[in-house]
Amino acid sequence: MTQRRKLTRWLIVLVFLHGVVAAAGFFAPYDPVEQDRERPYLPPMRIHLIDAYGHFHLRPFFYPLRLRKDSFDQYEEDTASAVPLRFFTRGADYRLLRLVPSRLHLFGATVAARVYLLGSDAYGRDQLSRILYGGQVSLLAGLLGAGVTLLLGALIGMAAGYYGGWRDDLLMRAAELFLALPWLYLLFALRAFLPLTVSPLEAFLLVVVVTGMVGWARPARLVRGVVLSVKELDFVRAARGFGASDLYLLRSHILPETANVLLTQAAILVPQFVLAEMTLSFLGLGVPEPMSSWGNLLASLQQYSVLVSYWWMYLPALAIVPFFLGYLGLASALQQRSSAYKIDGESGWSPT
Amino acid sequence: MRKERSYTRRRRFALSLVLTCASTVALTAKGLPRPRQTNAQEELLALPGEIGRSGGRLVVSLRGEPKTLNPLTAVDAPSREVIGAMQADLVHINRSTQLTEPALAKSWKISRDGLLYTLALRPGLRFSDGHPLDADDVLFSFRVYLDESIHAPQRDLLIVGGKPITVRKLDPQTLVFQFAKPYGVEERLFDGFAILPRHLLEKPYQEGKLAQSWAPSTPANEWAGLGPFRLKEYVPGQKLVLERNPYYWKTDMKGNRLPYLDELVFLFVPSADAQVLRFQSGETDIITRLGAENFSVLSRQQRGFTMADAGPGLEYNFLFFNLNDLGEKPSADFTRKQEWFRDVKFRQAVSAAVDRDAIVRLVYQGRGSALWGPVTPGNRRWVNAAIPHAPRSLERARTLLKEAGFSWSTAANGETTLFDPEGKPVEFSILTSSSNADRTKMATLIQDDLKQLGMHVQVVPLEFRSLLDRATQTKEYDAGILGLASFDADPNSDMNVWLSSGGLHFWHPSQSHPSTTWEAEIDLLMEQQLATAGYDQRRKLYDRVQEILAQNQPMIFLASPDILVGAKNSIANFHPAVLEPYVLWNVEQLYIRNGPENASR
Repeated sequence: MTQRRKLTRWLIVLVFLHGVVAAAGFFAPYDPVEQDRERPYLPPMRIHLIDAYGHFHLRPFFYPLRLRKDSFDQYEEDTASAVPLRFFTRGADYRLLRLVPSRLHLFGATVAARVYLLGSDAYGRDQLSRILYGGQVSLLAGLLGAGVTLLLGALIGMAAGYYGGWRDDLLMRAAELFLALPWLYLLFALRAFLPLTVSPLEAFLLVVVVTGMVGWARPARLVRGVVLSVKELDFVRAARGFGASDLYLLRSHILPETANVLLTQAAILVPQFVLAEMTLSFLGLGVPEPMSSWGNLLASLQQYSVLVSYWWMYLPALAIVPFFLGYLGLASALQQRSSAYKIDGESGWSPT
Repeated sequence: MRKERSYTRRRRFALSLVLTCASTVALTAKGLPRPRQTNAQEELLALPGEIGRSGGRLVVSLRGEPKTLNPLTAVDAPSREVIGAMQADLVHINRSTQLTEPALAKSWKISRDGLLYTLALRPGLRFSDGHPLDADDVLFSFRVYLDESIHAPQRDLLIVGGKPITVRKLDPQTLVFQFAKPYGVEERLFDGFAILPRHLLEKPYQEGKLAQSWAPSTPANEWAGLGPFRLKEYVPGQKLVLERNPYYWKTDMKGNRLPYLDELVFLFVPSADAQVLRFQSGETDIITRLGAENFSVLSRQQRGFTMADAGPGLEYNFLFFNLNDLGEKPSADFTRKQEWFRDVKFRQAVSAAVDRDAIVRLVYQGRGSALWGPVTPGNRRWVNAAIPHAPRSLERARTLLKEAGFSWSTAANGETTLFDPEGKPVEFSILTSSSNADRTKMATLIQDDLKQLGMHVQVVPLEFRSLLDRATQTKEYDAGILGLASFDADPNSDMNVWLSSGGLHFWHPSQSHPSTTWEAEIDLLMEQQLATAGYDQRRKLYDRVQEILAQNQPMIFLASPDILVGAKNSIANFHPAVLEPYVLWNVEQLYIRNGPENASR
């Protein structure tokens, strides 16, 4: 397979996965904050094609779960009434991509009998809907955080590499300082200074800005390395000889050379920043309840009783696996592509 | 949870029970088993109950390390729990019956004017080091409890009518306590005042080192008490080992001297989940203060242990609004919020919208009770059963809000918002303790309940200390959820919650004058019950207090968790109570059924 096809394949996978999360309203059967207080910790429902009497049905169906007597969280299937799944059904209001109002959902059931494909949480909220909507928060935080980091990293790395001298020393020592900072504790401290009530949007932006700010040191070092070697190449020297300005050289000759390293870094950083958002939300510093993110969905696992009683509460952790695979595949395809272009090894840098 | 409790207790001691009026009372111990004579000097107390077998070791986990073994300075829950097994008081409250019974004092008499309490000491008492006890030890103990330089947390309880009580010795076995004013709690007062050994502590007291003495690392021979167990070994960071006090003054009905156990071991296990794991693995014999979730985990995997739901405890959880008078300081935004909060109809509407049954079911897994007043069903003697248990009604909530001038409007996206009479949207935040998952869950449920009224509520989990600081000191908050657990069932233990001058009067603490008429009425009633003799009279007064609270909803009472405990099947005489210490209250009677080897490890 050629490098290009490999790259395209991973890109398609990622676009598809992000598309599902972006259109969470359509794929999720319910509103992620809607509580169903009669059904806390409902296990994932089983979808049947063959009913209790051995008859085959073309339309998938499920049996509603009913609470066992004198129990809080033990359910059993009520085989008396089968509820068929409905596709392209009307349900809770949502806005597709936060713009287009709609009520259309990929699937659903009746109003009385709700379907929980991945179970429900402590408040009877649909776990599948929460994972999909939570992905919006976590992925967007990852993408934006990585964007901020790369922007900062590229600017600082280019400045340090291009100008050299004391500026280089200063910026690189600062980078080392940032790498050494205990940023998790820093974040706790920062949170304490902020006003008591932050809206979900503010909390989200805080996570993005903070994770973005602390991560710039590594890409900055890489970019500096590239710039150091590129600025000594003949065509750059020639351009400078013709009187090109610093800004022109950086923009037209040096920046394009760093594109490969930046792209590969992006593919590596996005999952890292998703993970950072999850860590923060897990510790209660992310978006507040009742909003969901992959991190605060996992937060309930801090309790031993949840850990040993409700296995479906682990599922949000699985949701990140395809995304991470996609990004890592993309990163390796990008790296292979860039090394294919640089067979002469002229620049002498490694993108990792 | 632990933090909350220890805080409550400390503050209750710190803020004195004040103001009494004249009343008379006379009472002596009666209806209790006759002490059994073992020899001429000794008069032991015989306890009814299952006859046990001696020997063995009981291992219990403790949420933290005890800071001290000194009853004069102990304020943290672990210290108090340990001291409870090592010390004894003159008159004791039976945690099961919630009534007083003789302890170091074999009987007592209260004069007709209620000012003089005459206590007769049990003859033949000895400290755990064998040193005999007499009235001078009691005099010494109360002298140090009252000494201001010691800062004993119990000191304020001994200031009655603004004056410290005085203690006199009539003879080596008889003491007279004199009060400046009559005191409604009567002999319950003596519970919690451990009698200290003068022969060991007088020297440090004179040297001014009393408050520092008796750290957990004290050598066992420099420590003595009157409780069922005495100090044996302390391993920092790991455990505290107590051994049987051979001089203990209680026996069973067959005359066997108690306690049955040879050793009582407290393991320091910091987290609730770790305590569950230790109990599951059999390392500890007893587990208390269980949350409902862990309780059901243990109940499901039962392996050789008994889980017990002792019924509703005394803890009440409540939502409260910031009704403080903040003068010129607050922003216009906050002043407007306070206008809603001050409107009784607004508070009643919130109360009507709260789904208490869902709280009991989802937070406590059904192991709790919904509350409409501060007194839980667990407090059988004082609960006012006449308080209406209004079911959740959004209809009533909407009517109340409409009457108060609020209105609704629906935005284009279908979201309904409640607007105040001036047209501002109703939004506020609820603080909860981040270390208490139960209360955070309550807040999340209430958030959803109130969303249905169009109120936009944010839940803010805060570290417990800073939450208390905001509620009682800086007063920078809109609303909060807290819980209080009285250490005694008597209404007096909640005195500084209901008095408008009280430090735990959460919605508006430490007022110089009651700011509303109903708060003034509560003040009056609480002061009256403090100085009134007789349970029936006091109960009438306290019923009225509960009624006023239910009407005005300064606190929106939510729910009370059951006391959930567990013990190995081999532990006998296991009778959990709803008062602390839930299981160890009868530690002298606990024994190991199948012989000591069962529990040693």
